[in-house]
Amino acid sequence: MGKTENNKAWFLVLPVFVIVAFSAIIPLITVVNYAFQDILGPQDRYWVGTEWFKEVLTDDALQEALLRQLVFSTAVLLVEIPLGIVLALGMPARGAGASAALVLMALPLLIPWNVVGTIWQIFARGDIGLAGWFINGPLGLDYNYTADSFDAWITILVMDVWHWTPLVALLCYAGLRAIPDAYYQAASIDGASRWAVFRHIELPKMRGVLLIAVLLRFMDSFTIYTEPFVVTGGGPGNATTFLSIHLAKIAVGQFDLGPAAAISIVYFLIILTLSFVFYNVMIRVGTGSSKS
Amino acid sequence: MTLRLEQLARRVGKETHLYRMDLTLEPGLNVLLGPTLAGKTSLMRLMAGLDRPSEGRVLVDGTDVTSRSVRERSVAMVYQQFINYPSLTVYDNIASPLRLARLPRPEIDRKVREVAGLLHIEHLLGRLPAELSGGQQQRTAIGRALVKEADLLLLDEPLVNLDYKLREELRAELQAIFAQRRAVVVYATTEPLEALVLGGRTVVMGEGRILQTGPTLQVYHHPASTDVARIFSDPPMNMLEGTIADGRVSLGDGIAFPPCAHLAALPAGRYRFGVRANHLGIARRRPGDVEFPAEVALAEVSGSETFVHLLHDGVDLVVQEEGIHSLRLGATMSVFLAPGQLYAFDAAGALAAAPARREG
Repeated sequence: MGKTENNKAWFLVLPVFVIVAFSAIIPLITVVNYAFQDILGPQDRYWVGTEWFKEVLTDDALQEALLRQLVFSTAVLLVEIPLGIVLALGMPARGAGASAALVLMALPLLIPWNVVGTIWQIFARGDIGLAGWFINGPLGLDYNYTADSFDAWITILVMDVWHWTPLVALLCYAGLRAIPDAYYQAASIDGASRWAVFRHIELPKMRGVLLIAVLLRFMDSFTIYTEPFVVTGGGPGNATTFLSIHLAKIAVGQFDLGPAAAISIVYFLIILTLSFVFYNVMIRVGTGSSKS
Repeated sequence: MTLRLEQLARRVGKETHLYRMDLTLEPGLNVLLGPTLAGKTSLMRLMAGLDRPSEGRVLVDGTDVTSRSVRERSVAMVYQQFINYPSLTVYDNIASPLRLARLPRPEIDRKVREVAGLLHIEHLLGRLPAELSGGQQQRTAIGRALVKEADLLLLDEPLVNLDYKLREELRAELQAIFAQRRAVVVYATTEPLEALVLGGRTVVMGEGRILQTGPTLQVYHHPASTDVARIFSDPPMNMLEGTIADGRVSLGDGIAFPPCAHLAALPAGRYRFGVRANHLGIARRRPGDVEFPAEVALAEVSGSETFVHLLHDGVDLVVQEEGIHSLRLGATMSVFLAPGQLYAFDAAGALAAAPARREG
């Protein structure tokens, strides 16, 4: 049979091209435009090459923000992924308890981000906040997130854990429920320990959802803005000035659009690269779990 | 070993999964035959020790093991789904029960390779389960069960998720493997053909009860009741109401003939007559065949055979005929019945007379 050739297929993919162009490519190109030029007005633009990049990459403030960001995302992943798995393992599988646990888990996810920030800003205050009062009073620790950078860090981290661990837990819970009961029976007939069941059945079967959880939590924590902005405003000092807060300061605060565009591109490339690495590592680690 | 179930019953909430039953299983192949929801899996779980019975006892060689957990029993099980550890290679999967039993490494290696050879998966030992075909995955799972050399080997419809070519192949291999083992092998299936091919002994189950137990062929040729006859025939045995009176057998709508040897001894009365689909024909096969009319409802071609569904006197009949036949639906045609192959069941559904068999 002869091969039929026509170009109709292009019309079918055209809508996707248009949508992606408007949602991603065109805005990105605009940013690229600003990153390589000094634009003072529509007719008043100068090609600056990689000058903005040189400027921002050698900027101490950016390097510090990037380091802070990496430490924060690492901490978020190290706490939220294991905690989410433990929570999912502990959630009841069926019955009224399961529904109650699901609703309880979903609650933090339903709260708007800036409200989460406001809640914690008040909650953690030493004078009027329940948590702040409890830590300073009954616990007898000296805690003040507005003055101490370590306290500010802990506050932001605990807030993020509270806000987003449920997402990891829910994803893992879905993964766990998809494991046929026969696997557990087979394991108990083999005489496998609880740890072996987790290591050789549950963990490999959760690989797919864990990959999604790690990617989502990484990308999300790496671009965190609203909550620390509301709680600490990046302070005390620059202690919680993460990359996006730093970027916003330059772009919206100082209106340095050129350097801001350069930072955006660097920022974007870092997320893209790290996500790519995570994805490939996780796809290869412990391969052999079902493709479902 | 000998596995004895005494007055065993299992209820979950208000539902009875298994009614009180007694069963003794000896080493060798025991086929658990029954339709879905007959209680085969429930019974196997009790045998394994995965569930506790609501009543009764489980005895292994006379010792009560009812309350002993599955870990302390010598049990291996193969499931309908292909259950292997996803992140372990075929080798490690097969080795896993031996490692848990803390066997020395060289012995593990020897046993794994031996079982892998038996199941023809030696060349796949380094692969992960996801890289195998369904048949190979199930071979691995069977290997994991065999390598334990457990006293009780349970197989819960192990071949049902495979295509029929693989099923036939693996079934033949399994039969040979079981023959060399001293374990009590329990093989659950819904298919009468599978029971017949595997041989051994058969336990027929229906709706949570054990209906009949015995050597497979014996049960096949002498089903104790209409229920067993239906379950142990594929398609289910055709049943027609009838009577024996005045030296004549009459059944259905005007089918009458003098009783042949095995029916002649029966007292007069009402009976339910059963005949398997392969003993009905749409052409005369023997001179003694009885002819009667029936309406064609459906003709189903399966491989080199045709299953003709017919309506006679308001009763559905199935005829299994060699070759491929195209029949006009709704047409009335002649069906031929071999009177020598008729089963007679009494009013309560118990077997009254079975066709004589040369081999007994």
